Amino acid sequence: MDAILIAKNVTKRFGGLVAVNNLDLEIQHGQIYSVIGPNGAGKTTFFNCITGFYTPEEGKIIFDGHEIQGLSTDHITRLGISRTYQNIRLFSNMTALENVMVGEHPHLKTFWAEAIFRTPRFVKEEAAALKEAQRLLAFVGLKGVGDNLARNLPYGAQRRLEVARALASKPKLLLLDEPTAGMNPRETEEMIEFIEMLRDELGITILLIEHDMKVVMSISDQITVLDFGTKIAEGKPIDIQRNPRVIEAYLGRGAASGLGNARQAAARPS
Amino acid sequence: MNQAQDTRLDWRTAARLGLLGGVVTLYFGAIGMVLTFSVRNLLGTFINVGQILTVAGALAAGYLVGRTFIEAGRRRQVIPMGLLAGFMAGLPPLILVIMGTLFPVNPMFININDELVQLITFGLGPVLGSVALVLLSTVMGLVGAALELMDERPRRALINGVLWVLLLGLFSENAATILEKFIGHAAVRWMFQNKSLNPIAGAVLFIITFGFSFLGSGDRARQKWQSMPPEAQQQWRKYFIVLGLLLALALPWIVGQFLSQVLFIVGLYVMMGMGLNIVVGYAGLLDLGYVAFFAFGAYTMGVLTSPQGPGGGILNFWAALPFSIAVGVLFGVLLGFPVLNMRGDYLAIVTLGFGEIIRVLAYSNWLAPLIGGAQGVLGIPSPSLFGFELGKPEYMYYLVLVGSIIAAFIAARLRDSRLGRQWMAMREDEDVAEAMGINLVQTKLLAFAIGASFSAASGAIFASRLHNIFPNSFGILVSINVLSLIIVGGLGSLPGVVVGAAILVGLPELLREFAEYRLLMYGILLIVMMLVKPEGFWPEAARKRELRGEEEWDEAAAAPSSAE
Repeated sequence: MDAILIAKNVTKRFGGLVAVNNLDLEIQHGQIYSVIGPNGAGKTTFFNCITGFYTPEEGKIIFDGHEIQGLSTDHITRLGISRTYQNIRLFSNMTALENVMVGEHPHLKTFWAEAIFRTPRFVKEEAAALKEAQRLLAFVGLKGVGDNLARNLPYGAQRRLEVARALASKPKLLLLDEPTAGMNPRETEEMIEFIEMLRDELGITILLIEHDMKVVMSISDQITVLDFGTKIAEGKPIDIQRNPRVIEAYLGRGAASGLGNARQAAARPS
Repeated sequence: MNQAQDTRLDWRTAARLGLLGGVVTLYFGAIGMVLTFSVRNLLGTFINVGQILTVAGALAAGYLVGRTFIEAGRRRQVIPMGLLAGFMAGLPPLILVIMGTLFPVNPMFININDELVQLITFGLGPVLGSVALVLLSTVMGLVGAALELMDERPRRALINGVLWVLLLGLFSENAATILEKFIGHAAVRWMFQNKSLNPIAGAVLFIITFGFSFLGSGDRARQKWQSMPPEAQQQWRKYFIVLGLLLALALPWIVGQFLSQVLFIVGLYVMMGMGLNIVVGYAGLLDLGYVAFFAFGAYTMGVLTSPQGPGGGILNFWAALPFSIAVGVLFGVLLGFPVLNMRGDYLAIVTLGFGEIIRVLAYSNWLAPLIGGAQGVLGIPSPSLFGFELGKPEYMYYLVLVGSIIAAFIAARLRDSRLGRQWMAMREDEDVAEAMGINLVQTKLLAFAIGASFSAASGAIFASRLHNIFPNSFGILVSINVLSLIIVGGLGSLPGVVVGAAILVGLPELLREFAEYRLLMYGILLIVMMLVKPEGFWPEAARKRELRGEEEWDEAAAAPSSAE
């Protein structure tokens, strides 16, 4: 089996509200896997279950052979999962460079007191961390802006910086929560290329939440559709586009039957 | 500025600002500040701090009016509007004159009395004096507004000159002790008469400072500095640090015993500020019970070294110091545990309670056999070094200087390390920091522990200088003081701690006569600071490392990068 992340019967409730209901999914190594669904479908809640912000009431999440449900966030990060946030959450009063260096934290080993005496080991590690951060900034296209405070960067750059920070922990699985939200078409195009490059060049598996259907359909290998916390469809982009339940969830019942029929009618002759 | 705002700007704005300035003056007079401050002469016997306070409102109003109108592009109205503002500012203080002369308000407003009326009417009698007061206010309003009309250079020179004269006049006693060592007794006696600056000396001083400032030597130096290559700047920075150290070493012998004691107290607060700066400035954990660790350090030192204490003086200062610090750290961690999951306001409340609990425990009979209860710990010996007793404030200053330097060094080194980044990331966003793999428990406890260690060391030195310690030395005000000073200096900034301590701890010590109004001044300073300069006097600069830092690190490490 080559799955990097397996979710089995994951359920998360808030009081009486079932935010994620009995969710199963399996992400293969090197996939770009998208989770889509209307607002409030439980996508971000599912992300939070994977990264340890929430503990699911039921079910198992298995990452790379470890059961990770209920572990603390920092532990899960050290296992190799890293994420970005729907509404950008950078360390806004630190420089871009420092943001990335915080991301490198799980790989730095020196004891804190070594910093006081600047032991050779500390100096070496710090120099390497600085270089790596500079490399990552250049990789996401932010060369030269590293000394700016994160809050002073333009929106698109902040999104990229968040990705750079997430990459700094050398994740095996990267969770991107609406990476193209608020971007113009050109920026969105760049982000699509960027995400594909992450997978192709760094070999990182990517789990994506996205609202922009153009993005989802063009880069996903596999898609899961959530509605009210329940998985209503799973498959390749082409199957999802045709699935009547998906269209219903997005456009309402009446539209679905009409549209679904029309699609099927259109698809039949070919 | 938009047009609508411009049209609303008219004589009413000026009148309003003027009245505001006058009401401030009225308030200062009514609470007795003007009268109390009038005991300090500034220039000769005819200008004192009280009078400055009387006209400061008018001056400030004129200045604000001038700035407002110039910003709106109405230079021609500045002079008349300044006059108006000054005139309006002169009116509210007249209430003091009327109340003081016509009505017997003494029982209610004990500060509004004949003496005050005499002072603000310049001894000219109520009627003539009132006219003089309003006239003077009007002139001050004019001066304030006119300042804004001047060119940048002469204005700065003028302000510098006046400030220097006023400052030297204000601190004439202290300045006299210092200058005596350089220019001799006779010259000093001539310069400073009646505990104030001789008018002729003042004039000379004004001309000198005005001249220097006008010729702009400061500006040129700054330009030169900025045009220097970074390596040269590094080199010069080293020279400045050495020079600063030499100055710090020579300081107690220049300033004499009284000022050495002031410096010593400032130093104690610098040490505490360095510690609290880590907790609040770097890690963002609002700790209002910081005095507790100061108390732990002081009491541990007292109990272990005092011959009258339960320890019977088994240890000397140097042997007891590590214990003091260790106890501080221990309780820093112990306090840390229960508050690990608390944020912001909740943390502040709990730490506030913690600080008070420690003070109450110090008072309690329960612990009295150990730490003396309300009687405190007495007879704590001075530290000595190779048989040489360091009891005098000049020597204790060195002790606290070394302590402050060590504290600053540790804080600076940690700031530029992984731990520093952990702290700051936690301050910015705790959840995300944790999601970056940061162990919040460890990071928080380290902040509390290291912060506590500086404070405990400071407390230990405090105890051995004072010889006797009592629970009431460890009240909530110490915590508030330290917190205020790091905010005024600039949260997260190390030089800011020193500046903040000098302003909030040093100045009040020099202005002992006005101790009554210390908290009021504190409040005013904090409010004005937050409105005008919320980042503090010496804010932390973002470190530039992406472009500049490369060389800095390359020489130190030929580390193979994991890149490419």
